[in-house]
Amino acid sequence: MLELDHVTVRYGRSWAVREISAAVAPGEWVGLIGANGAGKSSLLRAVAQLERHEGTVRVDGRSLRRVSRRQQARLVAYVPQAPELPAGMTVAEYTLLGRTPHLGYLSVESDADRTLCLALLERLGLDGLAGRTLSALSGGEVQRVVLARALAQQAPVLLLDEPTSALDLGNRVDALELVDELRRERGLTVLSAMHDLTLAAQFTDRLLLLSAGRLVAAGTPAEVLDEALLSHCFGGRVRVLPDEVGGLVVVPVRRERATT
Amino acid sequence: MRAKGAPPRAAPESGRRAPGRVSARSPLVIAALLLAGAMILSLALGPVTISPADQVSTLLGHVPLLGFRSGAPAVNQAIVWEIRLPRTVLAGLVGAMLAAGGASYQGVLRNSLADPYLLGVAAGAGLGATAVIAAGRAGTLVLPVAAFAGAVAAVLLTYLVAAAGSERAGGYAVILAGVAVAAMLTAFQTYLQQQNTQQIQQIYTWILGSFSVASWADVRLVLPYIAISLLVLFAHRRVLDVLRVGGDEAAALGVDPERARLVIVGAATLGTAAAVSVSGLIGFVGIVVPHAVRLAAGASYRIVLPVSMVGGAAFLVLADLVARTVQAPSEVPIGVITAVVGGPFFLFVLRSRRSRQGVL
Repeated sequence: MLELDHVTVRYGRSWAVREISAAVAPGEWVGLIGANGAGKSSLLRAVAQLERHEGTVRVDGRSLRRVSRRQQARLVAYVPQAPELPAGMTVAEYTLLGRTPHLGYLSVESDADRTLCLALLERLGLDGLAGRTLSALSGGEVQRVVLARALAQQAPVLLLDEPTSALDLGNRVDALELVDELRRERGLTVLSAMHDLTLAAQFTDRLLLLSAGRLVAAGTPAEVLDEALLSHCFGGRVRVLPDEVGGLVVVPVRRERATT
Repeated sequence: MRAKGAPPRAAPESGRRAPGRVSARSPLVIAALLLAGAMILSLALGPVTISPADQVSTLLGHVPLLGFRSGAPAVNQAIVWEIRLPRTVLAGLVGAMLAAGGASYQGVLRNSLADPYLLGVAAGAGLGATAVIAAGRAGTLVLPVAAFAGAVAAVLLTYLVAAAGSERAGGYAVILAGVAVAAMLTAFQTYLQQQNTQQIQQIYTWILGSFSVASWADVRLVLPYIAISLLVLFAHRRVLDVLRVGGDEAAALGVDPERARLVIVGAATLGTAAAVSVSGLIGFVGIVVPHAVRLAAGASYRIVLPVSMVGGAAFLVLADLVARTVQAPSEVPIGVITAVVGGPFFLFVLRSRRSRQGVL
């Protein structure tokens, strides 16, 4: 259970995130949507305790502010939008970094940590690439390796900042399918910022719509993906259409056609 | 996705080593062999050539409680024990420290151009040493103490300036502050030097670095600092690997990046300050050795730190050997040798396969 209680992030005198309260149930996948600059990334960073903020973030009732960095990393795993990929680091070394919160400050990984990471790589179809350097991977492979590192933290809460922004269409669907399978397998609670509204509608249980740092709508995709609301928040006209299997598709509409 | 996304391609160069286990063993063995060879040469060569047998017997003669009496000629024993061994050991300690300090600074500041002098150690030590030489106190214990104090004070000043300039003293703010502090202290040092032209040669000799007057007293003076610094840095090898993903992601993985940086920079600075206080400002070691190790053996700090320590020691022992033999009986400043030998060697490794894969 992840709870956000009046979370506010300020940059100088302006607000990036304003008084957002929300809860994500265990095993639930909640998507954060909103225009560029609406506060999605700032909110995720605040939840991950990487951004100075007001308000409280709780995991299973425990305030993250009151526990150590190490304990925070055992409760919440965070995948940034553009992860740093150190030159010369192998897939296996990178995945092992995820064991950091379970190790003493100056200790090194045990064989158990190594076994756990190899199993994860195998689960994500990366076992053949363990000895590869990160620079030799494709975009889709990188995304899975980054996910493997986050999973190695064994945290109940997974935060994903635009997990598919660097991927092509097929890889996007694959990556999100994988997140979905993993959260069902492991009971993960997922909060992810998503810029593709159709994928957000298809994969998440609920959506939080942000605009100028405020929470303007929360609910199931069908409730939140309202044409008028989206047009207002994103500053362009969109259509929300049903697909043939009961999901929703969000389609942008060109301005000159919108008037006719 | 799932398993289908990963065609079973073989990893070409990492061979069959256990995935994820970073082994420094074979690079370390090679570096250790280099160091052993360099030390034997350093003890052997000079105005008098001394055989490895005489070297070993002299060393055994100084092992307490062994009761071994060396059969080597007394003069040879004196040359090994009183002159060449302290000089070799000191060069090795300083080389290990400068290389490990450079590797750590590069890791913490995430800047491959960082060397242990970047945050003001060299400028501070230079100012301290110049002041002592100008005051006519060269050759006393005051000189290394002043150089050490100057180096530590300069880095503290850098951190204060950086902390005042930005909310968090991370990354670029620290580097810029270091450049500013170094420029300022170097200006003071130059002024002092121009005011004392009669000692200018002494000052230059110190700045270019030398082990020509190395003694066991110097070794005893710096050994505690360098040993503790090397231990602390080695203990942080995994933390340095975590910091490679940047402060934010390190924090998300449960490592407080500010605190880790402070401890690592603190340890590297104390050790480097101790090293330069007895050796002068020997350049190039802190950059060339860690990068050569990265290119030859891999970028993980579990490899880079230990192998740089041993390799740095070997490099400086050899450089000192060249410095005192190439133009005998006069000595060439060791800083000149490290640059002249290190430069082409570095270009050679830069052309290697790993550098084309972007390890640096």
